[in-house]
Amino acid sequence: MALKGLDIFKLTPKTNCKDCGSPTCMAFAMKVAQGAVPIEKCPHMSAEALATLSEATAPPMKSFKLGDHPLGGETVLSRHEKTFVSKTLYGVQVCDCMDAAKQDAVIASIPTVDYERISERMYVETISVRHSADKSADDYVALINKVKGLGRPLLLDCTDVDVAKAAVAAAAGCDFILNGANEENYADMSAIAKEAKVLLGVRAASLDALHETVEKLEAAGNKDLILDVGSASIKDAYANAVEIRRAALKDGDRTFGYPSIVNVAALANGDAHMEAALLSLFTCKYGSIVICSEMTYAKALPLYGLRQNIFTDPQKPMKVTPGIYPINGADENSPCCLTVDFALTYFLQDAGESADYRCLRYVRPDRLGRRQVLQLLHQEVHGRV
Amino acid sequence: MPFARKPQVFSASINELTLGTGDKAITLGGQNVYNLYTFDGPIANAPKIGIDVSDEAEQPSPGLTAFYEGCTTMAEKAKKAAALDHVDFVNLHFASADPNGANKSVEDCVADAKAVAEAIDKPIVISGCKNPEKDAELFSKIAEALQGKNILVLSAREENYKGIAAGVGLAYGQKVGAESAVDINLAKQLNVLITQMGLDGKNIAMNVGSAAAGYGFEYVVSTLERVKAAALSQNDNTLQMPIITPVGSETWAVKEATATEADAPEWGAQEERGIDMEVETAAACLAYGSDAVILKHPESIKTVSQLIAALM
Repeated sequence: MALKGLDIFKLTPKTNCKDCGSPTCMAFAMKVAQGAVPIEKCPHMSAEALATLSEATAPPMKSFKLGDHPLGGETVLSRHEKTFVSKTLYGVQVCDCMDAAKQDAVIASIPTVDYERISERMYVETISVRHSADKSADDYVALINKVKGLGRPLLLDCTDVDVAKAAVAAAAGCDFILNGANEENYADMSAIAKEAKVLLGVRAASLDALHETVEKLEAAGNKDLILDVGSASIKDAYANAVEIRRAALKDGDRTFGYPSIVNVAALANGDAHMEAALLSLFTCKYGSIVICSEMTYAKALPLYGLRQNIFTDPQKPMKVTPGIYPINGADENSPCCLTVDFALTYFLQDAGESADYRCLRYVRPDRLGRRQVLQLLHQEVHGRV
Repeated sequence: MPFARKPQVFSASINELTLGTGDKAITLGGQNVYNLYTFDGPIANAPKIGIDVSDEAEQPSPGLTAFYEGCTTMAEKAKKAAALDHVDFVNLHFASADPNGANKSVEDCVADAKAVAEAIDKPIVISGCKNPEKDAELFSKIAEALQGKNILVLSAREENYKGIAAGVGLAYGQKVGAESAVDINLAKQLNVLITQMGLDGKNIAMNVGSAAAGYGFEYVVSTLERVKAAALSQNDNTLQMPIITPVGSETWAVKEATATEADAPEWGAQEERGIDMEVETAAACLAYGSDAVILKHPESIKTVSQLIAALM
């Protein structure tokens, strides 16, 4: 809940010294309330005032980075209210319960999906390394060492404290998340995560238990968390993902102001098309990192396109770099269509690539209206067919 | 502090719309919470799945060709399609009626529709060829021929709504679809115009636009969300009609779904790509506010049906 200007003003020195750049303390307080200027701009605020205000004016959801990838920092539940800021990251799961051949096969398949779509690299950003209770710490460490070679951030999916210690040591040098804490082990896991300076994944049997566990972690001084929505059922995971995000962004519950992990490999039970459906569902609904059992081009081509669409800023439609694009092997003798640089126009034509025309597409940034562009295209294309 | 749940339950609700007759009739809408948010309140009518049965001979994938093996007439195809467990309704897609294409006559389309109506019990939805004049005629004649079957025509548009509202809704009491191109204001306006013709808003379903995932799909996303938000949180009764989104006809036309393995070897089997494109687009539509999706492939239909069942 944002503090009102008046509440902020009460905490200022009320000297109107202008050191902050505003003419009066009231003016400064109003700007802070709007989010236009940070409270730290006033050099004369008391430490307590700063602490109170920082907490109250802080964004509803924490922001982190996993390697170079932003996590969290969302402020709205729907993209049209403003924009989403941290695109969903995808991961593939490997487990120490898999035999060596299977582990190697999964690891080998991860780099195969890697392509570019409208200037964005599409690939599997993370790897979730799962530890099975019936395997040893050595098995887990061996797997982590194999996976490290792919050079991607890891999620260490392990709830055994001793094994986690070994795993964290093995993963040193990589970016990783310790996923991690539950209702029983959170204190020990938190200590390991804090020492390694990594995010701590938290899971629990219910949303109430998760809320309580996060509160305890925060009270113990750990606010570098990411919340695992659980895998008891698709219905529960979905409800948790939505309720956690909504609680933070709409209902002012900061305890749930953290990004989320969704493991659809666990939910889909080996059904590849169901995995595709769940990858899509949780991209739409608040999955910050979504883990599957395998990424294929079949799953990826729609998914990364979907993600690219959802995570565009509504105020800045996607654009294609201006230039000349040959379609279907066109050359300098082919007709030339003129289009605006909005990606949507590019796609309208791109979708027609299987049609019986060859042309050069000259994309330029311009204020041509969509109707004019389509008329131009129509004339060019149908005139030749 | 325990977690304080704040369910979003609205005093407004999405209209209930029934299609078909008898024990195979289905009801769309009726919910007073956001789609799939069963944790906020009970949802009486789960989202529905229709199968797209086109009158064109060619199928977009080998798997679909195999599925319809031996079916030569539309009635045979529709019967095969309707027999699938997870199909709630059948969409007869008269693409061949396109004057710029095969230009199939209205009489032939009506004959096909009548044959289908005799062959199946599940509710019937009629889609046209996107030519406004042809579709208006097509819809009215089929509405007449299938009187009493409680069909839905998908859809009236800004260009032809008058003829369809009168010739389908008022004349024969069939349900009318209202289609607009991903613009909430145009969707609203069309519903107002149709109801001004004398049709009850409760007999309208909306198609607020459709696209394959990755192809400007964000416009579909935001339109679906904004329509549902207006309907529920603002009690805007000009936007409370259930939403039906044709997915298969969009997704099976994009290169990710149609490129052969020879053309794109690293992409893998064409069938899988087509199914996943259809499944992922459908899942997203359902997440953002579609009350029904129309799909082509039996595998997609099975997966999406299982997804819906798991979430309900």
